[in-house]
Amino acid sequence: MSWFLAAADDELTIYERSKPGRRAFVAPPLDVPERPLDALLPASVRRSEPARLPEVSEPEIVRHYNRLSKRNFDLDTGFYPLGSCTMKHNPKLHERVAALPGHCKLHPLQQPSHAQGALELMWRLQEALAEVAGLPHVSLQPSAGSHGELAGVLLTRALHEDHGEQRTKVLTPENAHGTNPATVTMAGYELVKVAIDAQGNVDLDDLRAKATAEVACLMLTNPSTLGLFEHGIEEIERIVHGVGATLYYDGANLNAIMGISRPGDMGFDIVHFNLHKSFTQPHGGGGPGAGPIAVSERIAPYLPHPQVVRLEPAENGAEPYFDLDFDRPKSIGRLRGFQGNYGVFVRSYAYIRSLGAAGLREASEVAVLNANYLLARLKREGVMEYLPEAYERLCMHEFVLSGAPMKRELEIRTLDLAKRLLDFGVHPPTVYFPLIVDEALLVEPTETETKETLDRFAEIVAEILREARDNPEVARSAPHTTPVRRLDEAAAARHLVLRQPL
Amino acid sequence: MTSYVSATDVDRREMLAAIGVGSIEELFADIPPALRLGRPLALDPGRSEQEVFDELRALAARNVSTEDEISFLGGGMYDHYIPALIDSIISRSEFLTPYTPYQPEISQGGLQAMFEYQTAISELTGLPVSNASVYEGPSAVGAAGYMAKAAGGGRARFVVSRGVHPHSRETLRTLAHAWGMEVAEAPLRDGVTHLPELDADVSAVIVQQPNFLGAVEDVAALAGAARDAGALTICACDPLPLALLKPPGECGVDVAVGEGQTLGNRLDYGGPSFGFFAATEALMRRLPGRIAGETRDVDGKRGFVLTLQTREQHIRREKATSNICTSQALNALAGVIYLSWLGRHGIVELAELMLQRTAYARDRLASIHGVQLLHEQPVVREFAIKLDVSVEHVVARCREQGVNPGYPLRADYPELADGLLVAITERRSRAEIDRLADVLEAAVAKQLEAYEEVKA
Repeated sequence: MSWFLAAADDELTIYERSKPGRRAFVAPPLDVPERPLDALLPASVRRSEPARLPEVSEPEIVRHYNRLSKRNFDLDTGFYPLGSCTMKHNPKLHERVAALPGHCKLHPLQQPSHAQGALELMWRLQEALAEVAGLPHVSLQPSAGSHGELAGVLLTRALHEDHGEQRTKVLTPENAHGTNPATVTMAGYELVKVAIDAQGNVDLDDLRAKATAEVACLMLTNPSTLGLFEHGIEEIERIVHGVGATLYYDGANLNAIMGISRPGDMGFDIVHFNLHKSFTQPHGGGGPGAGPIAVSERIAPYLPHPQVVRLEPAENGAEPYFDLDFDRPKSIGRLRGFQGNYGVFVRSYAYIRSLGAAGLREASEVAVLNANYLLARLKREGVMEYLPEAYERLCMHEFVLSGAPMKRELEIRTLDLAKRLLDFGVHPPTVYFPLIVDEALLVEPTETETKETLDRFAEIVAEILREARDNPEVARSAPHTTPVRRLDEAAAARHLVLRQPL
Repeated sequence: MTSYVSATDVDRREMLAAIGVGSIEELFADIPPALRLGRPLALDPGRSEQEVFDELRALAARNVSTEDEISFLGGGMYDHYIPALIDSIISRSEFLTPYTPYQPEISQGGLQAMFEYQTAISELTGLPVSNASVYEGPSAVGAAGYMAKAAGGGRARFVVSRGVHPHSRETLRTLAHAWGMEVAEAPLRDGVTHLPELDADVSAVIVQQPNFLGAVEDVAALAGAARDAGALTICACDPLPLALLKPPGECGVDVAVGEGQTLGNRLDYGGPSFGFFAATEALMRRLPGRIAGETRDVDGKRGFVLTLQTREQHIRREKATSNICTSQALNALAGVIYLSWLGRHGIVELAELMLQRTAYARDRLASIHGVQLLHEQPVVREFAIKLDVSVEHVVARCREQGVNPGYPLRADYPELADGLLVAITERRSRAEIDRLADVLEAAVAKQLEAYEEVKA
């Protein structure tokens, strides 16, 4: 059952492999006259001894990190139905095109006249994302979803301030991603939570009560973190805009609706994309990503600068010119250095060009088909007795189960189920989120998984529940086949060891 | 059209039947009809893999990369050699395609790499605690500002040196506005920071080592002044020069941040790279982002987990220390592999090579008629010159000869409109430096001649 190399369970750190005298790097020859160190850099600003980096040879480094890699589970190896993370296939073409020297060896301060390919690619990506969002203006600058959120709330602030208004509150539903409330605080606002009703929708009465003239913005994910399309989105739009607030779209779940419905058409003013979710940038074990934002006409003046712009040719037949526009007097300014995560843009642009309009729509359709099928398949396996769906509705690209009956009747928690899944070579769904569902499991299969994979997952879950009926201890003490077993996270937080003692 | 979907027509029929609906359309019944797009997206049709490759290659060909010219561009990102083993390791699916390590039992590779990375950053910065990385350099300065704000008990002003990267200063300004905080700039004198009188309203003093003009700052003195005023010191630093320079932690710096691109990451026209973020023990619980820590499993075997999670947004929500919920794991992995490849002595040798070549280049250029040094402070791999003639004209003439002589300072430093920032990495040989000197000399001479003609 173990899919890990048995030999990989004796890992030392790279520092523990260090031995004085070993090395990998050889410096190029010193080809200029050597000057005394003291003449170039006074001793008072110099380090007294070298940083204690490891002393290791190239073969050791390669083996060390290759062995470490075998202690990771990854998307290219197995099913990864991690809700709200959109673990879809990462096309291999993207790595090849991103590694072309014209892309990856382009200096960020290269003059625009000498970076026309990059600027045109960025401009075209902006145009494509604008069309998907249904909003006319895009900034590619934010580095991640959380960074896009921050940009969005700062844009909201800029809009209100420009209109002479000092609003103080931002609304998020109680099932929001944790980044939303954290962003609200970081952007200098006070958070107000809006309730969710029994059907899993935003509670419209609660929203009406809380939507006051002090409210700057409502941040919303749609489909929601429950995998449900907000029934009342049209009314939500009227309420929020009715008090002069902006409507912010958290694009974490965009994978459900590409080419089917557009946030801009729903009335959202600001949208962020997660290029590492819907647009296939590999997650890299937790970054890099990119979090571009699309905005409506009235928000556009405040977008971060520089903006990538296309200047039409002066004469017929000439090529257009692409430039970085810094002359944006109402801009909120920069959110980071340079032009954003260009390497990510190359991959996402390649994805959009590969799929085109029909392919993007098909991706969302099958993402929703796969999620609903997996839900149906789990029902057929009879797991709903212990793992009922939190809301009995058609889901979008993901769905939430509650492990509360399982915990009560089989005496295994959602955590135990997740850990037992590891023994079957499957990455568990997102657990204990959304917070409003007891013992939650958030399952997102994505469109790139086969029906056979979904069938197998349903069977595995059923098998684990059957096993728990007879012997719950197996799940409670899982995993059993991984390089390490259950880790003591409380001890890690109590006795902090955050670096190698040397 | 390329498709990465595996569902066949038969699959789709069976799946719809299992769900109990007649069509995929029915699955979207919750979307109000008025909000359905009802037309295809206005995007070009999908294409085959080879067509997309050709298009992306054609776009790449319209960029002038560091392979296409002799480039002396720096200003925050640098053309360093990236050893082959980095590509080999970070392109492994096991590192490239997992999510954030939510399930530590099957993420030990990534978590241990984070731990090793944190150790390397702690060593370079001389500070005990590093997180697992943040987005990139300038936003790391912003994140450090946010931490100082939270720790600062209502102090309302940042004092930021004009030697800090212009993008970092601007990012901080963007954020500080939302926090109702003021950003005051400390001027440069002779190329280094001249701090004003600091009062009790200063939350943090922010400096950069070496600064944007390449000058090595007396960080200990700056940090001392900040400490006397009860303010934190945030030092943005360049990790390779730190091979030679006194670590910020030993200079009394509270928070060291910086751009990690130079540690084994591609230029990529500015990203993705990573930002590093290290701090004192006192600030440990205020750090943003992910942190890996060592622990044991139920059998007593060593393992690694994400720790101090009570700082983080998924638990603390609006009270979190930051909204950042990922690191730049793959880029930071490249960073720790690079640092291991350089090793304890190699990193010093590399930095000394840059130091020597930079000194050589600085002397060569300063001896050109019409060229002066912008400052005479010690430098490691970058320095600033000023020209007696139009920088833009000179740059254009050099480029005609296949040499990109550096970054004109005018846009970021109007007061240094005749300035040019020149970076010398280990990629630039003496022959290339000599070529720069020759081309620059000719370009400046030509321009001086043109001025003389106009005068005459």
